[in-house]
Amino acid sequence: MNDTTPTPLKKTALHAAHVALGARMVPYGGWDMPVEYSGITAEHLAVRTAAGLFDVSHMGQIELAGPNALAAVQHITTNDASKLQNGQAQYSALTTPEGTFVDDVLVYRFAEKHYLLVVNASNIEKDHAWIAAHAPEAGEVAIVNSSDRYALIAVQGPKARGIVQKLTAVDLSTIKYYWFAHGEIAGVRGTLSRTGYTGEDGWEIFVPPQFATQVWNALLEAGKPEGLVPAGLGARDTLRLEAAMRLYGNDMDETSTVLECDLGWIVGWNKAEFTGKAVLDRQKAEGVAKKIVGFEMLDRAIARHGHAVMHDGAAVGVVTSGTHTPFLKKAIGMAYVPPALAAVGTEFTIDIRGRQARAVVVPMPFYKRPKA
Amino acid sequence: MYPSDLKYTKDHEWVRVDGGTGTVGITHFAQQQLGDVVYVELPEVGATLTIGQPFGTIESVKAVSELFAPVSGTVTAVNTDIKDRPDAVNSAPHDTWMIKVQLASPAEADALMNAADYEATLAH
Repeated sequence: MNDTTPTPLKKTALHAAHVALGARMVPYGGWDMPVEYSGITAEHLAVRTAAGLFDVSHMGQIELAGPNALAAVQHITTNDASKLQNGQAQYSALTTPEGTFVDDVLVYRFAEKHYLLVVNASNIEKDHAWIAAHAPEAGEVAIVNSSDRYALIAVQGPKARGIVQKLTAVDLSTIKYYWFAHGEIAGVRGTLSRTGYTGEDGWEIFVPPQFATQVWNALLEAGKPEGLVPAGLGARDTLRLEAAMRLYGNDMDETSTVLECDLGWIVGWNKAEFTGKAVLDRQKAEGVAKKIVGFEMLDRAIARHGHAVMHDGAAVGVVTSGTHTPFLKKAIGMAYVPPALAAVGTEFTIDIRGRQARAVVVPMPFYKRPKA
Repeated sequence: MYPSDLKYTKDHEWVRVDGGTGTVGITHFAQQQLGDVVYVELPEVGATLTIGQPFGTIESVKAVSELFAPVSGTVTAVNTDIKDRPDAVNSAPHDTWMIKVQLASPAEADALMNAADYEATLAH
């Protein structure tokens, strides 16, 4: 409520559309973004049962191109990008030599020698500088921060495909999860990616910023009969937490490794080399000193980012994300704890403003969408 | 929007004074700022309140805020219904009371803002 930001906030191409819809705007990662329209709970439930429309244009795009583009991507990220085909994307991490996160990213293979990384809004400049410094270690490569060239609109929820399909001739039923296609949507040339950050099936649509409002309005109109509502960053956060998707700056940063964040599945262990591999190989063999877990509150209380995890009277860990989730109607969260406290069913307490509230480790994700 | 029989604080609490008792809740503006309320932590009957000091917490999906005592006194009743229906704070903020207080000093309540003055503070 009392946020003051010294530098002027950046506005996405859809800023005026949010204001016209009555959104409540807040500063986020240097951007003036909609946190909610009708309310976090209503928007969250709409995404779980129908569809939600999100402006995620604040996310950044960094492209690598040239004969050594694959080698560069392989060098700077953990996942094995050699497994990607044209039109396929993968979740990955941009890592330090210590195996910790510079950022978590989506890697899109546009062409054999052209990759696009989608990065977090608050990390665009840092990532660009990091990639410019380290990608050339794998050979000469063109590196472009193309964040200003894309608006990014997400349509998420069980009704998402039907809604997007109304506006494009691309046959969406042929696009698998984590694949994408280029094509026209609402008369605008763009890229349709079957990805998202909500735990639902859905689409993330890249379009030129000057046409973003046209596409946004067309989606709102096409989705209205299906129950689609505009949804803000508030619902995006509760949705991603139910789906146990990590948030950079909350659940991971340059002090946590990919394995500590329990994301071993985004490590290409068979790759000959990537930044941070030695540390991650060692942690894989010897174990980690802390590990992220999902928990559910047993006492009536909500744990939040930064609260201490207590065991036998001592602070042994820290909560990274926590909220009361609208769909599961439970207080849940994620925390780093010692491996001895990481097993499902383990109880610990969380220091919530001086009160000790009990929590229990539960499997993640907290929410998994029903199979279609 | 803001009932004329309530007194208001700059921290967006309201109090209804009836004899020596004050009934306390939060304003429409406060619930709007908070968003969907999911949890309210209130003091026990018998707790002592000091004007301007925190007496509980209120949590929405996205944030936690402190509740500040609009008056000094002793808690005589707590609305336990809020535990099961925290959303009532959103739907009917001026009808959803949180605590009743035996006023230590009725002059404190007299000094709070009336509805018109409170609304004026929200205008800018």
